[in-house]
Amino acid sequence: MTDTIVLDEPLDTFEEQALPATRVRGYWQSVFYRLRHDPVTLAFAAIVLLIVWAAIFAPLIAPFDPYKESIVGRLKPFGWRGHMLGTDELGRDMLTRLLYGGRVSLLMGVVPVLIASLIGGMLGVVGGFAGGRTNTAIMRMMDVFYAFPSVLLAVAIAGAMGGGMANGMLALTLVFIPPMCRVAETATTQIRSLDFIEAARATGARTTTIIRYHVLGNVLGPVFIYASSLISVSILLASGLSFLGLGVRPPIPDWGLMLSTLRQSIYVVPLVCALPGVAIFITSICCNLVSDGLRAAMDVRM
Amino acid sequence: MRTGLPLDPRDRGGLQQPMLIARDLRKHFPVKGSGKSVQAVDGVSFTVGKGETLGIVGESGCGKSTLARLLLHLVTPDRGELVFDGDAVGAPEGIAVGALRRQVQMVFQDSYSSLNPRMPVRDSVAFGPFVQGKKKDEARHIARDMLSRVGLDPSLFGPRYPHELSGGQKQRVNIARALATGPRMVILDEPVSALDKSVEAQVLNLLRALKRQFNLTYVFISHDLNVVQYISDRVLVMYLGRVVEIGPIDAIFERPLHPYTHALLASRPSMDPAKRIDEPPITGDPPNPIDPPSGCRFHTRCPFAEAVCEAADPVLGPWEGMQSHVAACHIHDPHSGHSRFGNA
Amino acid sequence: MGKYILRRVLYAVPIAFGVSVVCFSLVYIAPGDPLQTVMPPDATAETIAIVKHAYGFDKPLPVQFLIWLGRVVTGDFGMSISTRRPVILEVSQALSNTALLAMFAVPIAFFIGYVMGAVAGSYAGSWIDRVVTGAAVVGVSLPNYWLGIVLVILFAVQYMLLPATGMGPHGSTSFDLLQWSNAKFLVLPVITLAMIPIGILARTTRAAVAEVRNQDFVQTLRAKGLTEWAVTRHVLKNSLPQVMAVMGLQFGYLLGGSILVETVFTWPGSGFLLSKAIINRDVPVLQGTILTLSLVFVTTNLIVDLLQSLVDPRIRRA
Repeated sequence: MTDTIVLDEPLDTFEEQALPATRVRGYWQSVFYRLRHDPVTLAFAAIVLLIVWAAIFAPLIAPFDPYKESIVGRLKPFGWRGHMLGTDELGRDMLTRLLYGGRVSLLMGVVPVLIASLIGGMLGVVGGFAGGRTNTAIMRMMDVFYAFPSVLLAVAIAGAMGGGMANGMLALTLVFIPPMCRVAETATTQIRSLDFIEAARATGARTTTIIRYHVLGNVLGPVFIYASSLISVSILLASGLSFLGLGVRPPIPDWGLMLSTLRQSIYVVPLVCALPGVAIFITSICCNLVSDGLRAAMDVRM
Repeated sequence: MRTGLPLDPRDRGGLQQPMLIARDLRKHFPVKGSGKSVQAVDGVSFTVGKGETLGIVGESGCGKSTLARLLLHLVTPDRGELVFDGDAVGAPEGIAVGALRRQVQMVFQDSYSSLNPRMPVRDSVAFGPFVQGKKKDEARHIARDMLSRVGLDPSLFGPRYPHELSGGQKQRVNIARALATGPRMVILDEPVSALDKSVEAQVLNLLRALKRQFNLTYVFISHDLNVVQYISDRVLVMYLGRVVEIGPIDAIFERPLHPYTHALLASRPSMDPAKRIDEPPITGDPPNPIDPPSGCRFHTRCPFAEAVCEAADPVLGPWEGMQSHVAACHIHDPHSGHSRFGNA
Repeated sequence: MGKYILRRVLYAVPIAFGVSVVCFSLVYIAPGDPLQTVMPPDATAETIAIVKHAYGFDKPLPVQFLIWLGRVVTGDFGMSISTRRPVILEVSQALSNTALLAMFAVPIAFFIGYVMGAVAGSYAGSWIDRVVTGAAVVGVSLPNYWLGIVLVILFAVQYMLLPATGMGPHGSTSFDLLQWSNAKFLVLPVITLAMIPIGILARTTRAAVAEVRNQDFVQTLRAKGLTEWAVTRHVLKNSLPQVMAVMGLQFGYLLGGSILVETVFTWPGSGFLLSKAIINRDVPVLQGTILTLSLVFVTTNLIVDLLQSLVDPRIRRA
């Protein structure tokens, strides 16, 4: 057989050493880069941040006391005596209550998604990586909860437990765990069969090490995207629960609850009564659009 | 083969002891619902000597990749045993799988999935040493060293992500990753099959050079005969989960014993127009590994098949040491009753 | 194919079982003594003892579950605490009212949503696409009960065209669809109910159509000389399975998620029954309604899956 050149020197005469002219950019850096050049998403993200900021600093920027009632100043229209957005059925300032209400609504929107991502994500990764019977068992359990329409399940759990903010958040968390679990499981299962996982196993690494270094980085993306899209759903569901009386109890301001109590008064000051819904709508749609923008930035075929 | 380098400190039996002995390896994958199984590897035995390159060749579906994974215990064999440098793998008095993986590594076929897309290339290479006990800095240092040994400038390529690299560069990273843990034997599963021809030549030369530098033993799996001829010292031919022929490289390529080997060699496209052939040397598709033919598995496509071929499993001829050239064919078996014995 | 049907149906059984377990345990996650939840507050000690025995509250949990399951399977969902009527009667009547809404909302939502999505997907990237996608996002982000309120404000308060609440001048007992005086009560609830499904369907259809269009076989079709309309027909046919799956889900949501819309319009459907049960802490009705609605959802999903396998031959092999 033909003998060949025995190369003992370092091999540097191979094909193009030249790489694309772009700077080295990691995955997350390229995500940020794409976001920075997406004005629409940035604009809506700014609105979301504004809403969050307003909710956090409500006590500082609100003009009135959210609990101060006024018998004479009930259901007044925009601009009456300094109440820029009118007053509610007990004479309380609408603007103030909207600002304070944001705190509850945002909290009930974000916290369940966060917790569900953690729990559901963990279950999904464990199930996806273990495969076989473990995976089937976990996913079957999730399927049972999938058998309920989310509104129904949230209402059932919150209703059976008697309402209140904590129960509402618990109900929403339980509603979101199955879809998060499914997203994590799908992503993990896809990764699990790829060669680099086998290569990692071939080095003798423990399963936990492989998950930590190789699986999580790849699963985090889809989970994060999905979670961000769930936030707007959570806000809608949470305000829906409050609307039915299953969220916080009066007199704590909450957008859904406000819509419910103002419902009787739509014949008097319809615009004022519609306001809490406007707040819900704006928050929800901005979160939706930001999440869409995130997905576009993160969903790159690498 | 070996160039007179000193023995590896982990060596246990000296040059005479084979690096790896595989005995009667068997792996069947059950098919859901039908009760049958894919007989991917069905009784494979062979020996790998220290410092040599054993080429394993066969068509797709013959079980080469499963065999590769069996050798590293990435897949557990249903039956059979592996003996690495005198120690039985998995046996209590032998060598544990974890310890085996410190001495044997694998280079995968380059595909988009062989490197973690979210990890910079130097971290992928450093992962092995890190897992095997080195601290992060030390592991990164090893990674940088390895990258330069395969011809990639570590400061230029280290922080890159796999999608920024060409096929040849990715494959060199794969090689660096396999060598980073300091193995004595490397199993290469179709390492150049996905590369362009020019790149293929460069990577093959790299592999040869590294083998000399690090005193390695290779098991080189490929479906491409020319590649196998270029790099191997001995060749093992597989068909449908079984060993069909084993022998030194020259013997196999100049005097093939088994009709399948003969056909494989004849079917290589040639650059010489005088050697053009009109009939295809092999007809038909390879049979289904779920339902292999009885007896000799090649008998359905063999031009010399007779009744005995369908009735009885052929056995690999008498093994007389590492330079033996044997085939599992009734034609070469004096006890088979095949009419062509003696004049094949 | 028959094997797949059998497997799919069998698969629904443990799901239904799991659903019933969840419904059963609702009583137990409720605060307070589970016995109190099924008794009206003014029950005598005798009644309490009888009920306690009948329900088996003095027995271990799994036994209680089996007793409950046995009763449920024969149609005995217990008695409503607030109305003292059998729960099964309340639920079936309410469900028929909800079905009336769904009967109109479903075709409207599916048709509009699908057409919107198909058009947007076929002209992906154009201004049509952007308009439709924008409308879909709005639809999905609106709290539907708020939309109901807004519609009521517009059409009932400001312009007095349509009634604000209720199911007709005679209620649900004699609802005559063919008379406008009755049917006009349907308009606003149906529109409100259809909104979110329209948004979701438009998005899903658009994504499915756009994705199928990009596949290689579409180019092959064009190369063969098919007209653009014929190509579009093929694309729509291929994107149908994905859309159907979502349609099935949406149907379930319409049934289960009608609670908010029905509360706004005081439409005496299952959702409204549910919210009344929550206010009154009427646990038997709560249990019965949820069980019924979720079983309907499971059945709907089963039917949709089977239909999907008819349309998409790839699924049958799976």
